[in-house]
Amino acid sequence: MDNVVGRKSGLTWAVHISVALLVMLWLFPTVGLLVSSFRTADQISASGWWASLFPAEQTVQVRTGGADVARQEGGVWIVEGNLFVDDPAAPKGDVSVESFGVSSRDVSAFGPGETAEFGEETLTVNEDGSYRYTSVEEPGGRGQRVFVTAEVPPDFTLANYRQVLFSGNSTDSMAKAFFNTLTVTVPATIIPIVIAAFAAYALAWMDFPGRAVLIACVVGLLVVPLQLALIPLLKLHLGIGIGKGYLGVWLAHTGFGLPLAIYLLRNYMVGLPRDIIENAKVDGATDFQIFTRIILPLSFPALASFAIFQFLWTWNDLLVAKVFLIDATGETTVMTNQIVELLGTRGGNWEILATAAFVSIAVPLVVFFAMQRYLVRGLLAGSVK
Amino acid sequence: MDAALLGLVTVVVGVGGCLAYFYFSNLFLDKVLFPASGPNAGRNINRANQIRPWLFLFPAIFALGLYLGYPVVETLRLSLTDRDAGGAFIGLANYQQMFGEPKFWEAMRNNMLWLIVVPAASTAFGLLSAQLTDRIGWGSIAKSLIFMPMAISFVGAAVIFKLIYDTRAEGQEQIGILNAVWLQFEGGVGSFLALKLLPALALLAFAALAGWLAWLMLRPLRRPTVPMWILRGIGAAFAAWLVILSLGAIVNIIGADLPYGQPQTWLTIPFYNNFFLMVVLVWIQTGFAMVILSAALRGIPEETVEAAIVDGASPLQVFFKIKVPQIMPTIVVVWTTITLVVLKVFDIVYAMTNGQWETQVLANYMFDKLFRANDWGVGSASAIIIMLLVSPILVWNVWNARKEMR
Repeated sequence: MDNVVGRKSGLTWAVHISVALLVMLWLFPTVGLLVSSFRTADQISASGWWASLFPAEQTVQVRTGGADVARQEGGVWIVEGNLFVDDPAAPKGDVSVESFGVSSRDVSAFGPGETAEFGEETLTVNEDGSYRYTSVEEPGGRGQRVFVTAEVPPDFTLANYRQVLFSGNSTDSMAKAFFNTLTVTVPATIIPIVIAAFAAYALAWMDFPGRAVLIACVVGLLVVPLQLALIPLLKLHLGIGIGKGYLGVWLAHTGFGLPLAIYLLRNYMVGLPRDIIENAKVDGATDFQIFTRIILPLSFPALASFAIFQFLWTWNDLLVAKVFLIDATGETTVMTNQIVELLGTRGGNWEILATAAFVSIAVPLVVFFAMQRYLVRGLLAGSVK
Repeated sequence: MDAALLGLVTVVVGVGGCLAYFYFSNLFLDKVLFPASGPNAGRNINRANQIRPWLFLFPAIFALGLYLGYPVVETLRLSLTDRDAGGAFIGLANYQQMFGEPKFWEAMRNNMLWLIVVPAASTAFGLLSAQLTDRIGWGSIAKSLIFMPMAISFVGAAVIFKLIYDTRAEGQEQIGILNAVWLQFEGGVGSFLALKLLPALALLAFAALAGWLAWLMLRPLRRPTVPMWILRGIGAAFAAWLVILSLGAIVNIIGADLPYGQPQTWLTIPFYNNFFLMVVLVWIQTGFAMVILSAALRGIPEETVEAAIVDGASPLQVFFKIKVPQIMPTIVVVWTTITLVVLKVFDIVYAMTNGQWETQVLANYMFDKLFRANDWGVGSASAIIIMLLVSPILVWNVWNARKEMR
């Protein structure tokens, strides 16, 4: 835009930098969650996730082998091994010891290769984690406590996903909630499209008294907050025997999605060329045939736009599911609700929370990146101009 | 996976049922009720064509009426009755009770804050990123990354930002980025620049913008009418009020004694925690604003910009005096759309603070009343308040849509 009169703005680099900053700022929160979901609980509480991308100095408490691996040699008990191999809690991978200590008051008293002497015991820890521990008394069952400060390379694990998806643990499990969400979403996305498509065709291409009023009604209903519908509809559902369950939530999502569906589809259909429809009519096609053979295939972009909207909205919804679906047994919990409950019960367990949240975010993100074109088109058509 | 099977069956039955309804009702209309043959063929075709739109519309009208129309009326009725007294009509007693509750006024105050800050911030960031990304080669990638939070649920976003706001006790490693950054400030010159001067300048810019709007409102009109003057007067007073508020905030910020070096539990600091919640929604909605505004910016006729540049306008002048006025209608649309989202915001507050520490908003207040206090009267009354707040936008939208159709 700036080079229209033959001069290029000298500020291009500033634009590049500002956009990069903006993108980083917007990505940073999500990346934090993603990275955290691949870290263990200990790693998460030991350092911020941004530090995990680089090798970090980390102080951990580990134990040497106990009495079962000790051997007696000339009146002293000796335990030998490798701290990082023997102790399951120790950091794994390419770790090197920076310093170590045997008292919590001075955790880095000794350098690698030095020998710590305390009471009648000695301990030598080398850079690679191998150690030699000697004691005059027979060592106890749990082994000597050692504090190791080590340079730990970035280390990620899939254990959280295993825990959240496959463990079957009822408080952490997202597997059931995932399928419940899917069960809610698919019918709640498809059924409104069918109903709305017919209505949109009637509003776009059929002439009848009251059409303008109906269109105005749809535009008005677009903004009616669904909060108003909660009690009356819950009463209705309980009254006619649907109660709380899938049927109720499908019906509710269908009802709430219809105004946008009709509005989007009508706006799109009204823009289709008049000639095609009139030619078909002259050739003797009925309205039903015109609709199914001509209008529906041509309206695919608008149908896709709405489908994405409705999918994202039903997948991400919490309120409608809480009111119309989830009963006291909690059998039909959806992912958003499961996460809110985890926030209550596992508030500090970021590894579980982050993983659960990412499981629920993953599908919409895939849909978003795959179908972004249609989403943008729908947004542009859907905002009342 | 019984439920999944049920879902599949529902899709098939639902879609099949809908299609069957449309097909057979049309068939019935054409073959049985008004057959296009026999002595009255011409008249029958006309009659069938009069009825057919209603066949197409019936399921939609039925669902809309039952799921959106009826609830509006029913909620209004419930807000005027007492459930415990068997649904007896009690006039405005529910509203009176609600207006007597400090929690309600807290929710109202917070909602007003949300209404000012979130649409303004989202639109401003959206406009900024639209303008910037349109000028560079990798702009579309940048756009889709900024747009991405749109796909993330409010609950997911709540978790994401709770991690950012996380607090550990003093002396422990902070794992929330906000506290980690906060602890970098020790009260020196850098802290003064970043935490006092920068916000003060931002507020000053905002005050200037509001003042400019107030001045615009009071500018003489070509054809002044009384209602227009009243509307403009209200607008100008509101803008002036914003100016005073932000100037007051500047004084506060400069004079504030910040607790440097202590990790903060961000979500429990009254008043300011509202802003930490708003950030979540701004983060989500900026992408929406950017996409719409970017399309509008690209729709601006090239000649107007060229003419301005030939006349010697600076890039800033081109942006504010040529481009922004031309996309004003779109900015209004974006603003109102985000306003609607804000009025209904529930999940973020519910998941992050549940209205504690003075962060209540209307939608969550309503949920509280309905399902925790089981008070349907007051719950319905607060739903009606939300509806009242939405209705100016509703009227405006309908009015615009009708104008466009003529």
